[in-house]
Amino acid sequence: MSDTQTLEKKKSEPLFSKKNKKLISNPLNDDNPITVQVLGICSALAITVKLEPAIVMSMSVLFVMGAGNVVISLMRNLIPSRIRIIVQLVVVASLVILVDQFLKAFLYDVSKQLSVFVGLIITNCIIMGRFEAFALANTPWKSFLDGVGNAFGYAWILIAVAFFRELLGSGTLFGIPVLGDPAAKTGLYALGYENNGMMLLPPMALITVGVIIWIQRAKNTKLIED
Amino acid sequence: MKMDVNSNGYTFGFAAVLVIVVAALLSFTATSLKDRQEENVAQEKKQNILASIGLEVERADAAQAYEENIAQEIVIQGNQKIDGLSAFGVDMAEELKKAPSERMYPLFIANYNNTNSYIIPLRGKGLWGPIWGYIALKDDLNTVIGATFGHKSETPGLGAEISTPIFQDQFPGMEIMEGTQFVSIEVRKGDASGTHQVDGISGGTITSVGVDAMLKDCLQGYQSFFDNEIRATQVAYTSFKASATSH
Repeated sequence: MSDTQTLEKKKSEPLFSKKNKKLISNPLNDDNPITVQVLGICSALAITVKLEPAIVMSMSVLFVMGAGNVVISLMRNLIPSRIRIIVQLVVVASLVILVDQFLKAFLYDVSKQLSVFVGLIITNCIIMGRFEAFALANTPWKSFLDGVGNAFGYAWILIAVAFFRELLGSGTLFGIPVLGDPAAKTGLYALGYENNGMMLLPPMALITVGVIIWIQRAKNTKLIED
Repeated sequence: MKMDVNSNGYTFGFAAVLVIVVAALLSFTATSLKDRQEENVAQEKKQNILASIGLEVERADAAQAYEENIAQEIVIQGNQKIDGLSAFGVDMAEELKKAPSERMYPLFIANYNNTNSYIIPLRGKGLWGPIWGYIALKDDLNTVIGATFGHKSETPGLGAEISTPIFQDQFPGMEIMEGTQFVSIEVRKGDASGTHQVDGISGGTITSVGVDAMLKDCLQGYQSFFDNEIRATQVAYTSFKASATSH
């Protein structure tokens, strides 16, 4: 939870005003939950070995954050402040159970790969952070945009990391071999290329995230602290 | 009238309403999706049973392939076959809690590539939670065709390796009998040799020990039935038994 965007409510503001667009675009870069706020790292390391689970995880978080922010925002004037954290937990937990149930029914194989990490969306600090810092003080539409924006910020890092880990670690994308067949030594493997087994292990996810942060800060100099 | 959202009464009321709404929503979802979820679990079970005889199918095709290749499902108690029960529905986890004489053991008889094989479900304890698997025997009820293992929460990279080919590929060709004696397959720490030993997982000792115990416990339960019902009728086996006793 870094700086919260304190937005003053204006009368008849257009749906996609400049400020509202910022709610979506800020978390993608300047205020990215993973690379700038360094939240939600745990799941980013765990489920980025392959692209498919990373995308399903991103979509689950997108749903939980979008819907959760709206629900909390709708109830913001009704929630007793003494139990607000509990209420936030109940909302995020029920949404996560919904996602888990749907995955088990319709995407069983992916739900097995994600295993405990679907449940751990509940503890993803990004979500509670946005509920507490944004949804409790803003209108449903703004909260929705903020939730979706932060989820996209989380998603693109996850997918970028998963892309490199699957490509360099297994030589596949979405499970489809793209660099040739390592056993038959075709494609790149004919030139002596080998898959990097290290990429499949969690430490390389951290290093990949580190490289992304490095590139991001090199491009976006206002992120650099003195 | 403006309500005081921070009064004690309101706080209790709010919490109560919230909990009831959430509980209703979740139980409705869980009940309405239950059939589909159970269908998925059943398909996966069929997929695993078929994998033990070397038949790899997609989960969606598992039900059909199971239909085509599993000739018979029987339930065994002691040395008897029990009629009128579905072997597929028997839960090994529940059976293993009973006294050995009361346990019902499911047995799947496959007819794949024109050979009969006997598929035995396994269930045991790993380090963190349950482990399970299926082991397929040739019709001599001795030689292993293949084995698959699964686990709930073994450590990735260590105990969890039991569900990878590295571990499972050791099983085909192993033998569970020494002459007419049941000896099971030992999961050993290092220098496994012969047809009764496989290499355990380095760093996954407790899981390996669990697999070892699971094989022993589960296979043991079938031996009296095998002796009584199947081996007794097999010529090759009886003549082998005769020659073994003549020594």
